[in-house]
Amino acid sequence: MDLNTIEAWVPTADPDEWRQGDAWLAGGTVLYSYGSQTLRRLLDLTTAGWEPVTQDDGGITLASTCTVARVWELGDPASATAARWPGLAVVRPCCDAFVASFKIWNLSTVGGNIATSLPAGPMTSLAAGLDGVATLWGPHGGLRELPVAELVTGDGANALAPGELIRSIRLPAHALEARTAFRRLSLSNLGRSGVLLIGRRDRDGGFVLTVTASTKRPVQLRFPAGALPDAPGLAAAIDAAIPAALYHDDIHGHPAWRRDMTYRLAEELRRELLDVPGPGSQEGA
Amino acid sequence: MAIEINGRPAEAAPRPGQCLRTFLREQGALGVKKGCDAGDCGACTVHVDGSPVHSCLYPAVRAEGHEVTTIEGLAATCAHPSGEGDTGGLHPMQQQFVDAQGFQCGFCTAGMVMTAATFDAGQLADLPRNLKGNLCRCTGYAAIEAAVTGTGRGGPAGGRLGDDVPSPAAQGIVTGAERYTLDVTDAEVPGWPGAILHAKLVRSPHAHARIRSIDTSAALAVPGVVAVFTHEDAPDLLYSTAQHELVTDDPDDMRLFDTVARFIGQRVAAVVAETVAAAEAGGRAVVVDYEVLPAVLTPEAALAPGAPLVHGDKDPVATRISEPSRNTAAQLHSEVGDVEAGLAAADAVYEDTFRTHRVQHVALETHCSIAWTDPADGGRLVVRSSTQVPFLAQRSLARIFGLPLEAVRVVTGRVGGGFGGKQEILTEDVVALAALRLGQPVQLEFTRSEQFHGSTTRHPFEIRVRAGARRDGTLTALALDVVTETGAYGNHGPGVMFHGCNESVSVYRCANKKIDARAVYTHTVPSGAFRGYGLSQMIFAVESAVDELARQIGMDPVQFRRRNMVRKGDPMIASHPVPEVDVLYGSYGLDECVALVTKALRRGRERAREFPGGPLGTGELGPEWLVGEGTALSMIDTVPPRGHHAHSRIALLPDGRVSLDVGTAEFGNGTSTVHVQLAATALAGFGIGASDVVLRNADTALTDHDTGAFGSTGTVVAGKATLAAAEELARRIGAFAAEAYPGQDPAGVPLAELAAEAARRGAGLEAEGRWGGTPRSVAFNVHGFRVAVHRGTGELQILQSVQAADAGVVVNPRQCRGQVEGGIAQALGAALWEEVRIDETGRVATDILRQYHVPTFADVPRSEVYFAHTSDELGPLGAKSMSESPFNPVAPALANAVRAATGLRFTELPITRDRIYLALKEAGLAESLPTGRTVTA
Repeated sequence: MDLNTIEAWVPTADPDEWRQGDAWLAGGTVLYSYGSQTLRRLLDLTTAGWEPVTQDDGGITLASTCTVARVWELGDPASATAARWPGLAVVRPCCDAFVASFKIWNLSTVGGNIATSLPAGPMTSLAAGLDGVATLWGPHGGLRELPVAELVTGDGANALAPGELIRSIRLPAHALEARTAFRRLSLSNLGRSGVLLIGRRDRDGGFVLTVTASTKRPVQLRFPAGALPDAPGLAAAIDAAIPAALYHDDIHGHPAWRRDMTYRLAEELRRELLDVPGPGSQEGA
Repeated sequence: MAIEINGRPAEAAPRPGQCLRTFLREQGALGVKKGCDAGDCGACTVHVDGSPVHSCLYPAVRAEGHEVTTIEGLAATCAHPSGEGDTGGLHPMQQQFVDAQGFQCGFCTAGMVMTAATFDAGQLADLPRNLKGNLCRCTGYAAIEAAVTGTGRGGPAGGRLGDDVPSPAAQGIVTGAERYTLDVTDAEVPGWPGAILHAKLVRSPHAHARIRSIDTSAALAVPGVVAVFTHEDAPDLLYSTAQHELVTDDPDDMRLFDTVARFIGQRVAAVVAETVAAAEAGGRAVVVDYEVLPAVLTPEAALAPGAPLVHGDKDPVATRISEPSRNTAAQLHSEVGDVEAGLAAADAVYEDTFRTHRVQHVALETHCSIAWTDPADGGRLVVRSSTQVPFLAQRSLARIFGLPLEAVRVVTGRVGGGFGGKQEILTEDVVALAALRLGQPVQLEFTRSEQFHGSTTRHPFEIRVRAGARRDGTLTALALDVVTETGAYGNHGPGVMFHGCNESVSVYRCANKKIDARAVYTHTVPSGAFRGYGLSQMIFAVESAVDELARQIGMDPVQFRRRNMVRKGDPMIASHPVPEVDVLYGSYGLDECVALVTKALRRGRERAREFPGGPLGTGELGPEWLVGEGTALSMIDTVPPRGHHAHSRIALLPDGRVSLDVGTAEFGNGTSTVHVQLAATALAGFGIGASDVVLRNADTALTDHDTGAFGSTGTVVAGKATLAAAEELARRIGAFAAEAYPGQDPAGVPLAELAAEAARRGAGLEAEGRWGGTPRSVAFNVHGFRVAVHRGTGELQILQSVQAADAGVVVNPRQCRGQVEGGIAQALGAALWEEVRIDETGRVATDILRQYHVPTFADVPRSEVYFAHTSDELGPLGAKSMSESPFNPVAPALANAVRAATGLRFTELPITRDRIYLALKEAGLAESLPTGRTVTA
């Protein structure tokens, strides 16, 4: 919708340009969707011309302005990138977890989705699940790094300071080299995620479970190779990590359902990634 | 760098915060529609450098230096528009939408076409994923699937009764040329666009408050603001937003702007400005001093002794509010026979309380209107509105502003969906006030969020059922204790309550029936007319109870229904011992509908057994899935009670075609097509086909009074007027031909020649027809589902969906099937996902489409649709109504199927996956740990 209070469109990625009443603009699909009665200026990050995807031996860096459509390409299972980084197998399921149409992906960005900080933000799930670390730029030359799992702190809440922007997300090699698996449930087919879990089996044998959508913020459970959980162990770890009040409550799922589905999907991921024989290995069902 | 639109550079630069959608419309691309303005519905889809985007989310500034293609420019982008035989210059996808008639109201069509036109083979193979960003509220997506996949099969444009005649508007809809309410130019609105002013409403943030004062000075100081209207400007007259043939059907309980706010979202002032932006800024600057008062947010609270009163200041006689002192808008207490005796005589008694929730119509075109005074027409007030009831709106505006009826004209363009929501005046009175005061055109367009918090919803019902049956299958008693929530105002409150308690009860033969019903005011967003008009809520309860009672006596629920449902000739009794005198069995197809659904479900079951991997099969479902079948039936009177009037004029045109003017509005219900088919059928003897009928509709200047397009009357009332007019014209043409060309076969004279000869002799070959909506008939719908429920997650899959409809003679089978499919989809939305939630302060918490999930392509299964073979003695050429009623049996059929699958009775809607799972868990039926992989990805 029209943002009728906007007086100026400023092409800049310099946090020192930011002042009260400004909004960083990436794809615009959130700002233009919710509208605003207060914003005065839009600071257009896309004019900075950041390379959307760069990779080196240490991992992949996504510019915050990298579009979801570009992320989808990155997840192409037939690509050389996918062959090098098997962990990218969760990229496309994460993109498809958007309630938004593929058309929106032509505009929406990784940084925009994370900065919106909805519990069901699929780029938050993806980045947190792959141990992504955000590089943040702030006014007066401010620069810091923060794991995405810590950057998002609640439903629509995050650790960004006024004027601070997400420059990029670094996906480290240890996560990209891992075996990954994805589980999601929604109240409607292809609808808003009510629970979204990403499981990872790192090359060092460790097991990492990232819980999103069912919780107000991402929750990660880490099990080193020597301490892999059995089913009760995993459940106990979830008990300890996620208090009842942390389960999200809105129209997209009752918290009690989200809670039970979290345990269920976590156990499915455990069985899949820890190669537990039994019903979990059966196809179908 | 200019933005290039359809190959031409734009003539202006966008404003800094403007989205591409409004910029394109300002540049004349009126085919770009606003459904949500928030990226959810896809109606505004355009291409930027060939890629589809939602233009409401696209910053217009970013389009600079890029090529934008809208629906108007699509055909020119392909080298070979739809190939040989295409005379319309259409893109192949546009032609496919014409061939499949992949639309009803057509408001979503431009976006559908622009999206699907970009699909490659891979995308075509996964339409649920790739079309989920395009919402259609009318079709249920079956026709859209046929269109996108190119499997539509055209239809005879010149056809008659029983043919799949394509909509006369098809070409305009697929090219974006069809004009909806706000798609105007200076041809429609004098002085457009420069002279148009925009209104924005200031709405109450309090559920209940008295307005001490309103300070408009800061607002008036905002550049561009022209005027602010408040209660001081409003006529001192109470009326209702609801529109009925009889004004006395609804309580007069609201003012244009009141001094008391009764719900969060109630309008308290209007700011009129040169731009929408200035009107919004003015709205923020209006200072309202509220004295906040205690509020009642639920019917239970409203009925408690000593509760704050919503309309305690009103005189019950003058306003026709039943009991203002008890927050009761209307009530009904009746007993036929002796219910206690009936329950005592029963072998089984079932008792439970059912609750239905608020749902919103979500017509894709939001409420909107433009008003102006026409200097070329003696200063007459003209209102162009998105309405189902132009003539009733005209009458109401005349009454509100003290004008003679002929000083007001109401017209519609094409209307982008209604579903009952546009049987109200929610914008017309505001723009009329402003235009009359300012002498300039004034436009008001609701946002999608305003649709949720500032218009109306379906009435929530709480229904306590007590029912008894004997072991032989006799229904011995049916008692219903009903509370409906009408919200802050009583618009449609009495009507929905009475109608809801009528056909839901009278469809069963039962000697003892008792109804106690009350429509209750609360300080929440008003309820209003919604498809089904109370029946869907009551039928959910009654059909669920009937199912349970059958189980209690060990009888198959279908058998139990057959045993007790009315048969042709049975008196239809609900609240009165004597049946309504003007409701007759013009035809009867209930038994056939029940049989059709029963057989289809049996076929589905057998196929599932024989081909477990097939589309109806359960072979791929693992042990965690529970499977069950359920059915429900419904009855509806084909016309609302107490008079429903229609008028049609028809005339032979000089070129040998005929003009047909009808009062009824087209909002996707398909009546335009039905009317031209009825006229063509009456005039078939002279070679007239549907394409020879030039239709104009829904303009108070064209015809005499028409009650409007509600209560499923477009075919059975207005169609009857059109048929009468056309039959009379046929007689007159025949008589004139016999006189003017003695000895010749009247059908042999070319109509153009006849018209010329008639003109020479000063003989007008024209006729008119009327119908008053009585006597009325009854129509039936029966729905059946087979579902699977996942014990581990609560996921519900619909394996088979079947509806049989008793529509009489079907004028246009494809279109009628589309009405049924669309009704099923809308009902599934209400049964499974959609819910308008009110928070603890009374605010609507779900006011965007991402919080209010209307069914997408990915959600709606294909349904089998069957028609009973009946011909109605009362309807035009045997036809019956089929607009509202397909909605009504869906929710209980689904609940009954879930009951059969799980053993659990869901008494509240919606039956969401989380609620299913939690109910299974509570009953000890849930599978807590995975025994296989969870299916949903």
